Amino acid sequence: MVPLKDIAHLLRMAAVFLVGLILFLFLRSAFIPKSFGRYGHFRGDAIAEITARPIAYAGHQTCEGCHPEEADTKSKGVHAYVNCESCHGPLAKHADDPASVTPKLPDVATLCFRCHSENIAKPQGFPQVNANEHSGGQLCNTCHQPHSPAITQGAKK
Amino acid sequence: MTISRRQLLVLLPAAAAAWDFVLAGTPEAAPNYNSADHWWGMLLDITKCIGCGSCVRACAMENDVPDGYFRTWVERYHVTDFQIENPTVDSPDGGKEGFPPSEFTSGKNFFVPKFCNHCVDSPCTQVCPVGATFHTADGVVLVDQNYCVGCRYCIQACPYGCRYFHPTKHVADKCTLCYHRIVKGLTTACCESCPTGARQLADLKNPNDPIHAFLKTHSVQVLKPHLATGAKNFYNSLDGSVR
Repeated sequence: MVPLKDIAHLLRMAAVFLVGLILFLFLRSAFIPKSFGRYGHFRGDAIAEITARPIAYAGHQTCEGCHPEEADTKSKGVHAYVNCESCHGPLAKHADDPASVTPKLPDVATLCFRCHSENIAKPQGFPQVNANEHSGGQLCNTCHQPHSPAITQGAKK
Repeated sequence: MTISRRQLLVLLPAAAAAWDFVLAGTPEAAPNYNSADHWWGMLLDITKCIGCGSCVRACAMENDVPDGYFRTWVERYHVTDFQIENPTVDSPDGGKEGFPPSEFTSGKNFFVPKFCNHCVDSPCTQVCPVGATFHTADGVVLVDQNYCVGCRYCIQACPYGCRYFHPTKHVADKCTLCYHRIVKGLTTACCESCPTGARQLADLKNPNDPIHAFLKTHSVQVLKPHLATGAKNFYNSLDGSVR
């Protein structure tokens, strides 16, 4: 049996390491978020935090619930698959509180031309116009009804 | 069966530890949404994109993307004859307000919408030194902005340039595939606002999703397939000049 005093320096070293280890484990548990590693090498609570963000676009199903007439008109025209908020903008707040949040009508002069101004990169067959040649500067909704834009009553040239 | 006081004292902490383990496996708090049942990707149809920028505006409004930064953007390509390695590309303000008339009158011209590919083997998550960016079980790459230290390593690592440094939050930011929407059964803001159906959110684990029929019958490609990132943005009619 080795006399204790001969290994005392080793025991002191071991004690220092032990204290260090305990300190490390304590700091580690204090600094690493509790949910870290729950689903993988990240903070599990982050998913719930990201999911909690409120939505801005209500979705066309929500719009159609209260505006069936507009939805019906639209479904018969070439804009059938253009969703409401594509032109009208994000309206989840309006859907939540229709009385106090009233949407603004889109600005026809800029809105229509974002899609329908002539551009060589647009797919062939997509209806494109040069505004000045087409209407001489008149607003699109003078002739076209945006929800069902085809002109049906004798206006065709 | 009887349990002595001594046995109960031993069993209670054991049961508590076991219960904690059970709770740890509870999925995130989104009722009726089980992330293991989905695998999200997107279909982008170049033949339908008109470069209107609706997706870019919708994304900015849905996610408070600061001006001059983009989680999604649209590029306009111009390719002449055989010069497919040297296309002319422009994207004024990310295509947010649409595109002015092209300076070119010939050649091949088309639009390419871009955003995070939500790669299966994403270079960006691999380099994060603190575990602030990660994959969800349904195949979405997210950033934990409360844990990000803002080292920008992931921004450099993304081969598609889909990440940016948020100017006021001072953390990495990117497309979340509108995770706050898709867990509620809604589509993404960009898909909701796309007027031509050029962008369609796809659940690859849903056998009834129309993407399966589409992939079978069309020439579909991902961006930079040679990098083997497992990108999940599927482009129909993607030209070889697109980088």
